[in-house]
Amino acid sequence: MLGLTPEEWVALSLSLKVASVATLASLVPGLAVAWLLARRDFYGRTLLDGLVHLPLILPPVVTGYLLLLAFGRKGPAGAFLAEFGLVFAFRWTGAALACAVMGFPLMVRAMRLSLEAVDRRLEQAASTLGANPLAVFLTVTLPLSLPGILAGAVLAFAKAMGEFGATITFVSNIPGETQTLPSAIYTLTQVPGGEGGALRLTLVSILVSMGALLASDMLARRVSRRLGAA
Amino acid sequence: MTLAVDVALRRGTFSLEAAFTSGPGLTALFGRSGSGKSTLIHLIAGLARPDRGRIVVGGEPLLDTDRRLSVPVHRRRIACVFQEARLLPHLSVRGNLGYGRFFASRRAGLGADLASVVEMLGIGHLLDRRPAGLSGGETQRVAIGRALLAKPRLLLMDEPLAALDEARKAEILPYIERLRDEAGIPIVYVSHAVAEVARLANTVVVLEGGRVAATGPADTILRRAELLPAHEAEAGALLDMVVEAHDLAGGVTRLSGAAGQLAVPHFGRPVGTPVRVRLPARDVLVATQRPVGLSARNMLAGRIAALTPMGDAVMVEIACGTTAIAARLTRASAQDLGLVPGLAVYAIVKSVALDPAGVGIGRRTLEI
Repeated sequence: MLGLTPEEWVALSLSLKVASVATLASLVPGLAVAWLLARRDFYGRTLLDGLVHLPLILPPVVTGYLLLLAFGRKGPAGAFLAEFGLVFAFRWTGAALACAVMGFPLMVRAMRLSLEAVDRRLEQAASTLGANPLAVFLTVTLPLSLPGILAGAVLAFAKAMGEFGATITFVSNIPGETQTLPSAIYTLTQVPGGEGGALRLTLVSILVSMGALLASDMLARRVSRRLGAA
Repeated sequence: MTLAVDVALRRGTFSLEAAFTSGPGLTALFGRSGSGKSTLIHLIAGLARPDRGRIVVGGEPLLDTDRRLSVPVHRRRIACVFQEARLLPHLSVRGNLGYGRFFASRRAGLGADLASVVEMLGIGHLLDRRPAGLSGGETQRVAIGRALLAKPRLLLMDEPLAALDEARKAEILPYIERLRDEAGIPIVYVSHAVAEVARLANTVVVLEGGRVAATGPADTILRRAELLPAHEAEAGALLDMVVEAHDLAGGVTRLSGAAGQLAVPHFGRPVGTPVRVRLPARDVLVATQRPVGLSARNMLAGRIAALTPMGDAVMVEIACGTTAIAARLTRASAQDLGLVPGLAVYAIVKSVALDPAGVGIGRRTLEI
């Protein structure tokens, strides 16, 4: 199918794995940060907001280099986590970390907007009925902000599929380990006769991105139908 | 079960300083918008906190700023019915009803009986619908049911009918009357509509500018125009009566009570049903002699108990049997008739002035 070479299949499946792991691993921290920013007023709120948005405005190469400094074999976080067997440097896990960091601002932004849009009066009503704050969050806030949470996840996934600069800086471009779709396309454009492969992978990228968008749109529709008239 | 509230709160230019107690039955918090009614409801529910104060329900302190005590909302067991209903849009009607019941059963080991609440409110056919597809009246009935199923020890209703048109109000009022008389849960009911208060309240707390202007049994408060800010013209007597007979040919229903007999436009309640009738003072005429050749059906004999000037008008309180009614006359009429306290008079009311929609079912005064 698609006439992909085995190497190209590897790049595609690696990309899907990296993007899925990056998205799933960011879900809970993303929701927590979004909730903090949407609902709590605390000292350092602006700083947290800025930190979350940093990867959006920094050159990706800078983000990748900072990740290398922190999570590389000799970096403080990297050395610490290596004790527990979690190695990021030049591994696919590092690519997932880079993608997660790059997609985080997009995910948090969408989640925060949807949390802010939840009618607080519904939460009040739930608490007068005996629901404690955690129950209110799980049974009212979360379901009502589900469309935004899904949108945030899809955005992060799409961003992860396309992430290039931070990934290649942090974990390089190792076929089968850290060579994701964009890295593979980049490599193919650098070698003679690689145009065909580059074009095929470009088509695959477009298909995957469109598929993710369509899926999220369908999910969001289903959720809002459930919220609206039956 | 009694509720005792004594709170003070200041927000910008608004200040609230209110103390009242309420017992069983329905207590109406009455006042114009901005008088602090809704703020009080929020304080009692625990959705807002006062600067200082105490709130005690059934002997258990829920708030005591001196002792730094404030029971969180979800542990107060005080359910609310809000003006905008606030049904959870992502749950079906059944899910909304089950919501409070679930937490109540986890807490006390017993949820209220879904079937009896559904039957009482007539919402059985709505169970599988979504809130977005309900009419305003249906929405509010589901909200009432949801609150009841949470097994509250106190039910707060914050202008539950204000967003509804007259027809929908008339549809809901009987359910609230049943709730008051059958559910055995004390209700605090916020309203700025005299007609609602007259029909539902056992006790009335009048709020003005964040202060309690008056508190007492519904009939004594509603008779006194000076206690009804912005609604002076709607003051009038509340009479506890019983359906005595239906005169289908004449199109009237006869009621009897301590004040005497009244004929009202026919309404379909069985003989013996206790009803409360509101007699707005502006609809009552006063005669010093028994009139003849008059179309008005209702003549109640009594003696003038008091005359209270109200601007250009005079409120005439007439003792009839063991109760009292009020008439609102111009100063000129009162002078021409030579009305003085003690004078024997007839109070005259047109039957059609007594709107069947204003006739409430149930007793005003509760046996405690």
